[in-house]
Amino acid sequence: MAYPTDRKYTKEHEWIQPSGATATIGITDHAQESLGDIVFVELPKVGAELAAGKTFGTVESVKAVSDLYAPASGTVTEINGDLATAPEKVNKDPHGSWMTRITLKNAGELDGLLSAADYEKFVAEEGGH
Amino acid sequence: MRYLPKSPADREAMLKAIGLHSVDELFAPIPAEYRLSRDLEVPRQMAESEIVDYFRQRSRENGEGYTSFLGAGAYAHYRPVIIDSLISRGEFLTAYTPYQAEISQGTLQSIFEFQTMICELTGMEVANASMYDGSTAAAEAVMMAVRLTGRRSVVVARSLHPEYREVLATYATHQGMPLSMAGFGDDGRLNLKELEKSIAPETACVLIQSPNFFGTIEDVAAIAEVAHKRGAMLVVSIAEAVSLGIVEPPRAADVIAMEAQSFGVPLGFGGPYCGVIATREKYVRQMPGRLVGQTVDKQGKRGFVLTLATREQHIRREKATSNICTNQALVALMVNIFMTVYGKVGLKELARQNLAKAAYAAGQFAKHGKVLFAGAPRFNEFVVQTSEDPYAINRRLLGHKVVGGLPLKKFYPELGNGALWCCTELTTRNSIDTAIGLVAESKASARSTKEEAGVEEVAR
Repeated sequence: MAYPTDRKYTKEHEWIQPSGATATIGITDHAQESLGDIVFVELPKVGAELAAGKTFGTVESVKAVSDLYAPASGTVTEINGDLATAPEKVNKDPHGSWMTRITLKNAGELDGLLSAADYEKFVAEEGGH
Repeated sequence: MRYLPKSPADREAMLKAIGLHSVDELFAPIPAEYRLSRDLEVPRQMAESEIVDYFRQRSRENGEGYTSFLGAGAYAHYRPVIIDSLISRGEFLTAYTPYQAEISQGTLQSIFEFQTMICELTGMEVANASMYDGSTAAAEAVMMAVRLTGRRSVVVARSLHPEYREVLATYATHQGMPLSMAGFGDDGRLNLKELEKSIAPETACVLIQSPNFFGTIEDVAAIAEVAHKRGAMLVVSIAEAVSLGIVEPPRAADVIAMEAQSFGVPLGFGGPYCGVIATREKYVRQMPGRLVGQTVDKQGKRGFVLTLATREQHIRREKATSNICTNQALVALMVNIFMTVYGKVGLKELARQNLAKAAYAAGQFAKHGKVLFAGAPRFNEFVVQTSEDPYAINRRLLGHKVVGGLPLKKFYPELGNGALWCCTELTTRNSIDTAIGLVAESKASARSTKEEAGVEEVAR
């Protein structure tokens, strides 16, 4: 799957798509692929403060429960309620099934993240070992 | 699964396979300072005949032929003989954690039945495979509420078992959960006004017990309303499981933490007992402990598996929902068999008998002294207030092979000479009358208090 170029990526396999002062966060195709069938997504409450690099929720598959790491700092304005009843949407459409929206605290934080091309290279290297 | 020790030949073969010559060589990477360079200080081994002799002698120290009026979290109920004969089967007695579903269907099914019956009894939607005991279950239930609400502080009813409060305080210290206490009123029930005042915006939950430590049944619905209005959850602890045969289950609770010892588990010096957590399905992912689920195999046949195990400690390490990563499978099986033997009708009848015995005893006590908290319904325990020190009374009773009620002074100084008395279906009317006669004996006729120290120790 091609990684959309309209967003940035983390080495923990989240994507973040900025739009002005806000940004949308989800997990990558590689993440859903490695997790397998996703059965539950635990997201923060609206109003929660995310800190870049810190966990903000979990995603549970039949194999494991993994933490979600915030790609950037900010305040949660919205969560994707669809995932409460249909978490498998993350498997089907990882780059469309967003998890949370935030207002960015410091848009500059995104500069330190990976581009689509860099992420693809990172995943290829990580998958190599 | 069989437990057979390794033979010296087995050890040698295993060492040889990894290219070592001795067990010491195997442990060589462990720094010398962390290794024990002497023998363990344990008694020498004994022959089977010596062991049998030893335990026979120790068993003579057991009190035989005593009538006990002690309850307070550990209850003497009849244990149907089928319990011990069934749990002694090797398939149950030596079973290991049923991680491997394909060889553990019997164990898994028994746990699933246990969970199902606990749900039916408590009015909850999910129950786990059991916890250590009622006190740790209560503490784990509180931590569940902390995770679910994102709040940290806890309001605890003073009428919760004092030892449960101590266990909770230990957890709370290390989890950073501030505790506050809500007192009880003249009827022995939680003081709702005090409760209302003690719930703050950071209160995660209110923890109560019903029937509470005094045997009094709390108004759970009213307490739930007060807690929920302020966004706090309600955790209800049940120490006397038999009460569920007749007392309305605390359906308004968000989490129920129960001690199931009353259901066929021997008193056994305080353990092992069997804790349970039951809750609503929407909270299942924050429920600690093991959970067995029903599923279908490839051929569509019914089967059982451990479920939601991805949140447990052996997979998620320090991020696990809880550090409880075991359950009391064999003890839960006793509870399971007990519930099956009694059934709905039997349990109700059992509860009725407990209620009737306690009501008779309380009525008789009221003729000779004061029975506290008469204004609210109770189950099989009640508090008797005497002018004489209850320790002195108990010393006198012991001489007649009667173990009197639990003096409450050390837990509730404000109750003075109050003592907590318990009657179960095993308490006879005759023994109640005898005990009351002895309590009523005036101080003048009381014997010297210079009894042997051992007797006093038992009374405490």
